[in-house]
Amino acid sequence: MTAKIAYDDVEVGTELPAQTFGVTRATLVQYAGASGDFNPIHWNEKFAKEVGLPDVIAHGMFTMAEAIRVVTDWVGDPGAVVEYGVRFTKPVAVPNDDQGATIEVSGKVAVKLDDNTVRVDLVAMSAGQKVLGMSRAVVRLA
Amino acid sequence: MALDQSFVGRSYPPTDPYEVGREKIREFAEAVGDPNPAYTDPDAAKALGHPDVIAPPTFVFAITFKAAGQVIQDPQLGLDYSRVVHGDQKFVHRRPVRAGDRLTVTSTIEAIKSMAGNDILDIRGEVRDEAGEHVVTAWTKLVSRAAEEA
Repeated sequence: MTAKIAYDDVEVGTELPAQTFGVTRATLVQYAGASGDFNPIHWNEKFAKEVGLPDVIAHGMFTMAEAIRVVTDWVGDPGAVVEYGVRFTKPVAVPNDDQGATIEVSGKVAVKLDDNTVRVDLVAMSAGQKVLGMSRAVVRLA
Repeated sequence: MALDQSFVGRSYPPTDPYEVGREKIREFAEAVGDPNPAYTDPDAAKALGHPDVIAPPTFVFAITFKAAGQVIQDPQLGLDYSRVVHGDQKFVHRRPVRAGDRLTVTSTIEAIKSMAGNDILDIRGEVRDEAGEHVVTAWTKLVSRAAEEA
């Protein structure tokens, strides 16, 4: 494992570079194919509304995959992530237009742990609402 | 109807091996728009100390969730899947998943709770490689929402 961030160079409160990720209906179709999750709530507006959703929603696992990129882009080596957990608090509604939705992710070092690892707490927002709760990753630094 | 507590602790037989392919990892990385070369370029992955390209941290869910289907579709458990939403997800990696891995998953029901008519099911998926070594554990919380009053 070759993280490009050194444990000694970070402290509690160190902020990771924030990122914004776009998601359109086309993104969801592509993710459905790659992940094998073909639940129609992620591509069929009629179905989504019939089950009480505001619109087609992004896969929670898609949002989870985007959020960790703030950590993996920071450390360089995605294999440095040893633990990663989230709570799916709000669905990300994805309108059928050219813009789609955006997911804004920020993160900061919350705890310095043993064995060169740190806990990073992530915040993921979409349309002004927190879409992931308790979003935490433990990552091994150099 | 609340789920039967006697299912807590029940483990299901290990799944048949899932062979992780380089092109499947590439397809997943493209689907999440992630250009990290560790996912697509074996030399870049080797420069980081990995024997082959590695998968993004959430890739393994496709395998563990399919394995959890044994639990979800167990007719004796009787979960109403049409009302299920994904509540929480957590992964603990001993090492990253990589191309060439042949992975089996053993699913265990870790907890069953009933709150306000919702059934909450915690499934632990232990992922092992061909040598039997632990690779990653996935915890999946599923919430089956209470049916509306007729």
